Amino acid sequence: MSMRTRLLWPLSARLLLLGAITVVALFAAIRMGAVSMSTRALLDALSAHGDPATVTIVRGLRLPRALEAALVGSALAVSGATFQALLRNPLAEPYVLGVSSGAAVGAVISVVTGWSLLCVWSLPVLAFAGAVLSMLLVFRIAYSAGRRLDTRVLLLAGVVVGSFLVAIIWLVLTFADTESVRSAIFWMMGSFANASWRSVAILGVCLAPSLIILFALARPLNLLAIGEPTAAYLGTSVERTKVVALGTATLLTSASVAVSGSIGFVGLVVPHAIRLIWGGDNRGLLPCAALAGAAFLVSADALARTVAGANELPIGIVTALVGVPVFVWLLRRPAAGLTE
Amino acid sequence: MSASTRPAWSFTGVTFRHEGARRPAVDAVTLDIPRGRMTAHIGPNGAGKSTLLQILLGVLSPESGVASFDGRLISAWPRRELAHAIGVVPQGETEPLFSVREIVAMGRYPHLGPWQRERAIDIEAIDRAMSRCDVLTLAERWLSTLSGGERQRVRLARALAQEPAVLVLDEPTSFLDIKHEMTTFELLRRFRDEGTTIVLATHNLNLAARYADELIMLNRGRVVATGTPRSVLTAERVSGVYEWPVSIVAHRGGAPQIDPRDAATK
Repeated sequence: MSMRTRLLWPLSARLLLLGAITVVALFAAIRMGAVSMSTRALLDALSAHGDPATVTIVRGLRLPRALEAALVGSALAVSGATFQALLRNPLAEPYVLGVSSGAAVGAVISVVTGWSLLCVWSLPVLAFAGAVLSMLLVFRIAYSAGRRLDTRVLLLAGVVVGSFLVAIIWLVLTFADTESVRSAIFWMMGSFANASWRSVAILGVCLAPSLIILFALARPLNLLAIGEPTAAYLGTSVERTKVVALGTATLLTSASVAVSGSIGFVGLVVPHAIRLIWGGDNRGLLPCAALAGAAFLVSADALARTVAGANELPIGIVTALVGVPVFVWLLRRPAAGLTE
Repeated sequence: MSASTRPAWSFTGVTFRHEGARRPAVDAVTLDIPRGRMTAHIGPNGAGKSTLLQILLGVLSPESGVASFDGRLISAWPRRELAHAIGVVPQGETEPLFSVREIVAMGRYPHLGPWQRERAIDIEAIDRAMSRCDVLTLAERWLSTLSGGERQRVRLARALAQEPAVLVLDEPTSFLDIKHEMTTFELLRRFRDEGTTIVLATHNLNLAARYADELIMLNRGRVVATGTPRSVLTAERVSGVYEWPVSIVAHRGGAPQIDPRDAATK
């Protein structure tokens, strides 16, 4: 293995490449499906010309779905990178603070009570509430252990709260009817089947300010990735940075989980892949992960809805089937620096 | 007192107790750390060296007593301003995937706004620091591929890139071999000669005696002795504090050198 394993690309070149890949992935994803179309027909449909059926499929279904996948991919990849820096743990991912289990409790309540059938918004709203409540509970436990926010305690609190909530989910599902259990399980594995322009807009409104906050924290995040004392010695307000970054990343994850369920491995694999190619400097890593996460999830969703014919696969299955082998390979790479 | 003769740090009756501890880790410590000299904190494990360094750096606040840096209470210093004045080489950092240049460039963070790019003077400071610590040729390597001695030089370069008036080092040569240990102390002596104030904690009494101008000997959180190596390192005092009999032999440069006795001749 060569000692110089890093590609020395300027950030603008990296962003240009990843941006181009994301755009290609979006176009390819919108073209793919039961009704195939030419590039010409796709471009016409995007500008609301041509065959009305194609226009409806493209503008009403596939475009919002692809955009939602892109936004969720960005959100998860950036949250994952943030958690890995803050917790100084390569295995950290967006759900470590129990957010996905909290959201699942909300979703299961909505499904089991039948509210999700009465109002389409009951499920995402309850899921978001569950995610935020579980995050607050995890923070509360972490703070009760000491005056400062100890990230090791936070991580443990996230794991135990997550386990507790999973137990509640199964307790509720034990007494639920088969159909509810089936929809709850499908929700937990993640899907973009319910994507709409409204959910795209809500996600976009959450994503834009969160990305600005996290990109602005890239330098302090670099220091925190090395160690909290070092960050303090180099002028960072450690406690404030931790709370703002953890809070922003968790809210971002909560919004994503609420609209699309918990989608694993994006937040783990995408930041690690970028790190191995271009290094761990968060000033480059965060924007690159945002684009790569978008491209990855758009492609995964396109596969999820096309590979099995008429049956749509839960997206979590696709990301895990791709993500796990990639992660095993990452762990085995000697230059990965994951082993101390 | 004028700014040039004022001590860098001044402590009066500083006491600090870790959460849940019965005995204070630092107990009524009164001392001055002079400017422009190399001061070494010595003492057995648990003597309070690291705690004292963390109070110096404003990471821990004393429960009683007055601790000031540059004539101003340490707690009154904003973190960023302190980072302009003090460069730190800490112990036990994690090593994520950063290149050597990226690590050294972090020394400029206190000088830059969140969206500000490195200016020409920042790049100059980074290059100068890397060249002084002899890590320029490693600039694009990942930190994880370097040896322990090289990594320590990179951390030293990061502290230098801050362009601080004061350098604080916690056990800078633990785990280093003779060559890297000597290189580090020779570098520190050179920085001292150029006017940088240097404060370090170390277990290596012999190198501390050879290179430091002032020793502060701690035991059980209290200052046992301060002064020149020759006045602090007496056989009786070292034997008592470290609970092991030692003899003192003279180094050719005149610094006292510690020679621990065999158990049989205790």
